[in-house]
Amino acid sequence: MFEFFVAPGNAGNVWLIILLTGVVTYITRSGGYLVLSRFKNLHPRAEAALEAVPGAVLVTLVLPSLLENGSLEVVAMGAALVASLRLSPIWVLAIGMVIVIGGRAAGF
Amino acid sequence: MSSSFRVDFLQGLKDCLPIMFAVAFFGMLFGATGVNNGLTFWQTLGSSAAVFAGASQFVFLELYNQQVPVWLVLLTVFAVNFRHFLYSASVGRHLDQFNWVQKYFGFFFLSDPAFAASEQKAEQGKLTPAYYFGYASSLYPVWLIVTALGAYMGNLITDPNALGMDMLLSIYFLALLMGFRSRPNWLTVVLASAVVSAIVYKWLGAPWHITLGALAGIVLAAAIGKPTPSEYGGAADV
Repeated sequence: MFEFFVAPGNAGNVWLIILLTGVVTYITRSGGYLVLSRFKNLHPRAEAALEAVPGAVLVTLVLPSLLENGSLEVVAMGAALVASLRLSPIWVLAIGMVIVIGGRAAGF
Repeated sequence: MSSSFRVDFLQGLKDCLPIMFAVAFFGMLFGATGVNNGLTFWQTLGSSAAVFAGASQFVFLELYNQQVPVWLVLLTVFAVNFRHFLYSASVGRHLDQFNWVQKYFGFFFLSDPAFAASEQKAEQGKLTPAYYFGYASSLYPVWLIVTALGAYMGNLITDPNALGMDMLLSIYFLALLMGFRSRPNWLTVVLASAVVSAIVYKWLGAPWHITLGALAGIVLAAAIGKPTPSEYGGAADV
């Protein structure tokens, strides 16, 4: 068992590794709740931290597409940003995608 | 099955439709990458079935190929998935209508889009189990089917970028991000996370920019977050 965990190269045990990555993922997906549900009242700072989670995480998911790409993608994201002030996510997505697909087809 | 359950479930399913297209792209990409990196068709599909989290599945592929020890694979998957820990902590505050089976079954499906949709729903009113499962668990069969398609077709997907598939999820996440802009200190948090995330992305590379960038914004929010008067019954002293 020890060998399995520390020795490099475990091709024979790929199913076990797949299963374990699934278990680890489930632990993260339920763990935050498990830990926090132990507290009756949340400290206001903890509450403020949790309120910040969507903004703090989503921006990190968006960022690489701006850092990795050229100006067309930046323009598309900028247009999507402006559109999102008024429109629902589906329309924002449509506008952004039209710019990306159209721009790439036109050779930008 | 009550009619309000059906209405909520279908609403969740409907809200999830656009995201299914984006997820389809990543699932196919994972399927194709899996079979081209030494996994069999069934192992590739098994990874999607057991994990159901795109980023960590790609990390698993990468590490599996480099023949690193298992403990390092698991630790890395844990670190990449740490944002889900924050998701369940945050969403956990809105689960009054869930019984414990619904909670612990539901956490399995707590993906990025499912988290964002749940938070939005909770903000608008009530997050019901029907809505949650209509949204979150609908993605699961889609994820499996597209993984299988990608694994089956292997190298056939030639140029997904021409169709802008690489930008789909980013634009959608941007729209979701903007949907939270009325939250306290939103802009400050987002800017802090963005700066730290960009630095980490350049310095350490993906996927560490997600966890470290997000933590920066969250820690800042905790540091500057003042208790509102109502939380102290109007007797705030700060």
